Amino acid sequence: MSRLPDAHTIWEAAKRLGLDPWPVQFEQVPASVLYEFAAYLVPGRMNHWSYGKAFHAMKTRYDYGLAKLYEMVVNANPAYAFLLDTNTPLEDVFVMAHVMGHVDFFAHNQCFRSTPADMTEQVARHAERVRQYEFDHGSRRVEQLLDAALALAEHVDWPAPDASPRRAPQAAGLAPDPYRDLEPSPPPGERSGKTAEANPDVLGFLAEHAPDLEDWERDVLSMVRVEMQYFWPQIRTKIMNEGWATYWHTRIMRVLDLSDADAVDFARLHASVLQPGHLGLNPYLVGYRIFEHLNASGGPDAVWLAREVDDDVSFVRNYLTEDLVKSLDLYTWGVRQNQVEVKSTSWQVVRQQLVQELTHGGIPVLHVEDGDFHRRRELYLIHRHEGQDLDIPYAERALRHVAALWGRPVHLETRLLDAPSGQSRRVVLSYDGKANTKLML
Amino acid sequence: MARLGQDWSLQRKGPVDQARHLARIKAALRERLGDLVTEEAIIASDGRQVVRVPLRNLEEFKFRFDPWRGDHTGQGPGGTEPGEVLGRLPTPRADPGGDGGDAPGADVYDVEVTVDEVAGLLFPDFRLPYLEPRGGRSLEQAGPVFRDIRKVGLLGNLDKRRTLKANLMRNARDAGGPRIHNLRPDDLRFKTWVEDRRQVGSAVVIAMRDVSGSMGDFKKRMTRAFFFWMLRFLRTCYRQVDVVFIVHHTQARVVDEESFFQLGESGGTKVSSAYELCRTLMGTRYPASQWNVYPFHFSDGDNWSDADNRHTVELLEEMLPSVSLFGYAEIREGGYASTLMTAFNKVQHPRFRTVAIAQAPDVLRALRRFFQPEAGGWNHEPAS
Repeated sequence: MSRLPDAHTIWEAAKRLGLDPWPVQFEQVPASVLYEFAAYLVPGRMNHWSYGKAFHAMKTRYDYGLAKLYEMVVNANPAYAFLLDTNTPLEDVFVMAHVMGHVDFFAHNQCFRSTPADMTEQVARHAERVRQYEFDHGSRRVEQLLDAALALAEHVDWPAPDASPRRAPQAAGLAPDPYRDLEPSPPPGERSGKTAEANPDVLGFLAEHAPDLEDWERDVLSMVRVEMQYFWPQIRTKIMNEGWATYWHTRIMRVLDLSDADAVDFARLHASVLQPGHLGLNPYLVGYRIFEHLNASGGPDAVWLAREVDDDVSFVRNYLTEDLVKSLDLYTWGVRQNQVEVKSTSWQVVRQQLVQELTHGGIPVLHVEDGDFHRRRELYLIHRHEGQDLDIPYAERALRHVAALWGRPVHLETRLLDAPSGQSRRVVLSYDGKANTKLML
Repeated sequence: MARLGQDWSLQRKGPVDQARHLARIKAALRERLGDLVTEEAIIASDGRQVVRVPLRNLEEFKFRFDPWRGDHTGQGPGGTEPGEVLGRLPTPRADPGGDGGDAPGADVYDVEVTVDEVAGLLFPDFRLPYLEPRGGRSLEQAGPVFRDIRKVGLLGNLDKRRTLKANLMRNARDAGGPRIHNLRPDDLRFKTWVEDRRQVGSAVVIAMRDVSGSMGDFKKRMTRAFFFWMLRFLRTCYRQVDVVFIVHHTQARVVDEESFFQLGESGGTKVSSAYELCRTLMGTRYPASQWNVYPFHFSDGDNWSDADNRHTVELLEEMLPSVSLFGYAEIREGGYASTLMTAFNKVQHPRFRTVAIAQAPDVLRALRRFFQPEAGGWNHEPAS
């Protein structure tokens, strides 16, 4: 029986194949810890019940044998990867090979250019500050504030791509100022007025301009914002990232010295990762097949280029071909008379639909239109309607969270499609602190 | 490339926030108790079944796209054709607690609850009020009671206030001033429990139920719900309480538990018939000298005549000095107080409590009014 390769051997193999991952620190953890990290997405993050809810759900599924997570990777330099301590030795090898792909992707894809290298420490500092605020102001107030802030968390501006060469551990001191959220916010007199241009950083706008928030509340909002900016690149590259890791674990496993029995076990694991989705897509499978197809049609250079410059939207738009849609058996579905029905298998329709779903991570785009609406410091947000209606009851409840932060009436303008005519009507949802109203324009 | 082999066994963040989430669920369930108490599915389940309760307040509301509008991408095992049916939508479900008028019932955060969980939220505050030691068969309440303070004990039971006080006193005595300083093991005070077995007297509940023709579906449901929780409460919290079941229309009779819950009859109503039977029972099997007597009566108050109302009030007033508590609940579907309730409202006695039930959550109010400890405000509800 051959001895299985260790983490270093796998890293070396990845390097020889052309990958350039950061060093990876592997940790074996019990399921309860792995699922905890998966629920918080970064170890040591601030407390909130919603993470506990996610943890409970994931852990329960694991306990009942319905789902198993083999690993979880944290985008940092050096990267952290957590392995389930009940993995078999071969599963560990497989997972470590997979992790090499993720870490290489974090290190090279342009979406991650401005991600700070020390996010684990940042979130730990955030958690410490939130804990102190709970101590000073009561956990209930902090919880309500976080409830509101997390409802808006995705609505932050994307970090601008950083033109400087990729960060190295020794250059940490030159990274973007990690203390910028500690700078004093402008005096209250400057906290109002119409924004110069459409501002998609709704949370940032609230943190800075909400009239009545206390400084510690602004700080919590800024922390949520900074953490979300860290997660946005991951949301934007789900298919690519999983596809890339799968593409490379097959290649790394191929060059490793495995016994026949291990090779069979690996093939089984690989196949289980690539199960087709049902009403959704399996990002591992779709991403993997697109990379393989790209390699076959454009050669390795095309693959390396895509890894560097694309995000899911451009990746799918540029490289999802007719052959792939057919062989992956992709389709669009919709609801007709309470039945879920396949609508189309045309590759252009499927690709267009998928691009729409991936645009902005599948999250509606909002922007701040006016922070002094009615000249009464009311907040006016606009949803940029691009063919998909908002979930109105949800939006009304989310608007209450916005009002809780803004402290005055808030409005959200959106559009509602009228199915038969294909026309859409402008609608303004408002919340004045007491009641939701809906106005058709 | 190192493996640290760190000890992760003390990592507890996930479970801590999980507990916060569970506490929120509990709080949300408490808000919904009024609905849960009359939920047929829970009552009928008899503890074996769980009921899914949608809790809208526990969802994480965000700005998102309408999940049921527009198209989506999917993936099949191969050879999927347009027009193929992939599944059916779950039928939208009524959501009594929500305030959004949205049609799709999916994505509502469901919590599973059992009878025991509802009971766990309800019963901690309930007592049989005015329960006194009396002869008859004894009623025993048992359980640990924290009412002792000692210098040794489990650290989890440390009484911080008394510990600090002991420290202050010792410093005042020995160190020249009351300061908190130099805490010693000698200052520590611990709460300690003793096993408490008190004879609290014998008790009988006389459950009276109007089964006349005017008791429609809603009224029957409310009555059943009240007596279901009452019985469960008595059997959970007391070792031994006698329960006598009386049903009445123009005549009253004693029935067994099963018929009490199932009987539905027709005909007119003479409330006095039930009260007469109740008085007879108190005169024979359950004398007040031996028993704590708790008559509870559920009716729509649609009584035969004013004469019978007067007779009923006379009977009531005759019994009141001997009962521990007399409860009358009137179930109305809209409309005003009945002539019976109007007559009862003139009866001012500390042992007489009335409640009006106009909608499902009022059953919870009835339970709380009848089973709250002695110091309980007004006996008649203020007119609403």
